[in-house]
Amino acid sequence: MYCEKGSGAVMYKIGMIGDRESTLCFLPLGYTVMEADAKNAATVLKNAVKSEDYAVIFITEELALSLGEELAKYKDLPLPAITVIPGKAGGTGYGMASLHAAVERAVGADILK
Amino acid sequence: MAEIRVNPTRMELKKLQARYQTARRGHKLLKDKRDELMRRFLDVVRRDRELRQHVEQELTQAYAAFAIAGAVGTPEELHAALMLPRKATEVTVTYRNQMSVTVPDLFIAPHSGKPEDSFNYGLAATSGELDVALTRLGDIRDEMLHMAALEKEAQLLAEEIERTRRRVNALEHIMMPRYLSAIRSIKMKLDENERGNITRLMKVKDMMVAAQIKEKHSFFPDEEEESV
Repeated sequence: MYCEKGSGAVMYKIGMIGDRESTLCFLPLGYTVMEADAKNAATVLKNAVKSEDYAVIFITEELALSLGEELAKYKDLPLPAITVIPGKAGGTGYGMASLHAAVERAVGADILK
Repeated sequence: MAEIRVNPTRMELKKLQARYQTARRGHKLLKDKRDELMRRFLDVVRRDRELRQHVEQELTQAYAAFAIAGAVGTPEELHAALMLPRKATEVTVTYRNQMSVTVPDLFIAPHSGKPEDSFNYGLAATSGELDVALTRLGDIRDEMLHMAALEKEAQLLAEEIERTRRRVNALEHIMMPRYLSAIRSIKMKLDENERGNITRLMKVKDMMVAAQIKEKHSFFPDEEEESV
């Protein structure tokens, strides 16, 4: 969490974690890009969450798949919102699956199917 | 089911009855809360699903355009063109109380400007495809943020619904039956005592009557012989 000088308001950044090809195009949008592979994704994510600088962290589906349970740890925190988006390789349906998982958790059955 | 162990007194009965009433009221309130949470949750999920489908579609197209842009020049040129954004996009957060769940709302800070303002590369050295790809991405910047906020809201609401459901079930299937069975057992015990008292009184009365009759007969022994 950091404050914009003089404004007093708390400002957060938008993070993007993924492989180089998928994240490069988010640089011009002003996202903070963190390159990661399946091995160090958990550490990168952990550091990003710990810094409390980010309101949103987008993560590619490929990396989210490799993280598995690690992502679930941050589900119940109010911030940051960790959102899975498709990477350059295309969508695997993981993002939608996590939405279905939330429905299953709340309702007891996946009624969106 | 574990029983509540209490002394079978009227005082305990009153206490348990009051606790049962509270549990019943709490159960009703929590059930209402769960229903309302569920309604809001499903609304959020529906909106999020539509938004996600749109964002994923747009992202795929943007990636495709970006791949074409990458194919025109060398990867180094592309990286050099993109590596210095003019300024970081910043987000302000406000919190909203959604049925006792604190939910964040995310907004792009006004000073972050429009996405195309931060495109910071020379037009001479890059292809037009890059502009197309980045404009596509810029167009969905706000939608991506909105989607992230909706997904966070859905996750937080799901957690609260799960917790509320457990509370409702615990009250309905464990606490309330326990109170009821404790109340019933105390009532039975008190009734039993009452019956015991009445029986004792009747017995004492019988004994007293018998004693009186005997006493009366001892004064008038002739009456007995006559009656026989």
